[in-house]
Amino acid sequence: MGDGATTTWAAGSGRVSRPESGLARHAFMLTVKAATAIFALIMAGLVLVLVSGSWASLRHFGLRFLWTSRWDPVANVFGGLPFIYGTVVSSLIALLLAASIGILSALFLAEFAPRRLSGLLGILIELLAAVPSVVFGLWGLFVLAPVVQRDIGPALQAAFGFLPIFKGVIYGVNMLTASLILTLMIVPTVMSISRDLISGVPGRYREATLALGSTRWEAVRYVVLPMVRPGVFGACMLALGRALGETIAVTMVIGNRPSISASLFAPGYTIASAIANEFTEATSDLYISALIELGLLLLVISILINAAGRLFLARLDRDGGRA
Amino acid sequence: MSGSALSFARRRRFGNYFWIGLSALLSVGIAAILLLILVYVFYQGVTSISWAFLTQVPHPVGVPGGGVGNGILGSAVIIAIATLIALPVGVLTGIYLTLFAPPRLAGALRFAADVLASVPSIAIGLFAYEVLVAPFHHFSALSASFAFSILMMPLIIRTTESAIRLVPTDMREAAVALGATELQTLFRCILVAARPGIMTGLILAVARVTGETAPLLFTAFGSQFWVVNPNQPMAELSLQIFTYAISPYKVWHNQAWGGALLLIMAVLTLSLTARIAFRGKVTANL
Repeated sequence: MGDGATTTWAAGSGRVSRPESGLARHAFMLTVKAATAIFALIMAGLVLVLVSGSWASLRHFGLRFLWTSRWDPVANVFGGLPFIYGTVVSSLIALLLAASIGILSALFLAEFAPRRLSGLLGILIELLAAVPSVVFGLWGLFVLAPVVQRDIGPALQAAFGFLPIFKGVIYGVNMLTASLILTLMIVPTVMSISRDLISGVPGRYREATLALGSTRWEAVRYVVLPMVRPGVFGACMLALGRALGETIAVTMVIGNRPSISASLFAPGYTIASAIANEFTEATSDLYISALIELGLLLLVISILINAAGRLFLARLDRDGGRA
Repeated sequence: MSGSALSFARRRRFGNYFWIGLSALLSVGIAAILLLILVYVFYQGVTSISWAFLTQVPHPVGVPGGGVGNGILGSAVIIAIATLIALPVGVLTGIYLTLFAPPRLAGALRFAADVLASVPSIAIGLFAYEVLVAPFHHFSALSASFAFSILMMPLIIRTTESAIRLVPTDMREAAVALGATELQTLFRCILVAARPGIMTGLILAVARVTGETAPLLFTAFGSQFWVVNPNQPMAELSLQIFTYAISPYKVWHNQAWGGALLLIMAVLTLSLTARIAFRGKVTANL
């Protein structure tokens, strides 16, 4: 991947092949450039159209939209804070869980597991990413939510009930259920990128560390993992981006109540699920515009997070972390 | 002194086993959850699936029977049109960025494709709504196809690029040495060799949108009838599952499980086909 410049087929500096007769090449280049232009146009259009769609709301509410929490379609007053809160909290909890699980299982698959077991587990975990969102939602709603309400919730409350996040009435569809479903959805991202990075670290580093008397875990934890840290961090950013924008599964299990509650056992709402639930029912122009502004917010956040994540991964590529 | 050294060694050994054990437990646990979900969906869904389920339109609540036939048809129509848009644009952009674009532009395009690949599908749905629904004042399958095609493009672009890069330089040089022109080398040599990789990308892209629901809510919108006109609101399988699942009726929940089984089988078949067909040589870096 690194030597991209020399593998283009015009072979770097000099053109090696016979040039085409003018017309055919012209026509072909025109087609190819037109396709690229369409793609670029869609990219630019995406941002522009969402900005123009949310213009009314942007002008009417300004920055207040981001930190007021009154969402009242009847009075035509819209503040997005409950949705922003729900999105950020559910995604961050999911990221915390998915990063721990994903990195540890990546270590197991790349370092400790027998080759065949590692291959099998790797495929199963990656297939988890292919499970449709609506199926996660269905399973979350009818299987996980009751378990959270009946078993997980009470157990957490019994052990850590003094913490505000575990206080109050335990609903089945709540922030915690949404975070758990999101965790399952983003674990594959963290796992598969981290595993590939870890496998790319040359064996001599482990051997050298083991020769100094470290245990296998110590070699991995203190030598291999630090070498790929920026890349793993990048993988986590990509996973976070996925969690922030996830719509259908979250809509089905988070409870859809636009209130801010410290307890994870209370229902919440996210940006994406607000758009999903309310967009086709929005009556006034300002209401539609406010929902599109939520969409724009989601778009901008996810672009920033993904760009950052990919820069981290690219930096690792360039620094030769995977040598 | 030697006692404390011994306990230090023991603690390190214990740590070693503890962390390796924990990592094994977690990876097996996550893989087991996938199996758990698959088994559960199968168990719940298999009883709903029948010939009528596959070939009929939904019945109103209270009328027994009914199926997701129009949803399956709708999915096929919407995805087919999306492929017709995304495949040419994606492959041609991939060719341009790999072979012709100046390095800086190529880098920018690659970055754009990667970022677009992770834009939330609901935002893309809003875009399709503003461009193809709002101006015409009615929902349509076409707008859903447009949204889906945007979701497919980045995957196709990146796999096309990666497939072209995997064609050995020797092969290109051989073609050129035989006197092939630039376009002959491209069409008769590079693209022929890259075809399996591009196909893999296409299958993955189709798999991705097959499981997608969010943008459909305000583009295809759904329908109770057989619809083939892409300019009309249309039913779609994953959208039907969503509607059934959040309804308060037990019968509809069963329909949702049946639909989920169909959907998950379709998506897993597609992903496994892509995997086996090209054994992980193509990476879209997603």
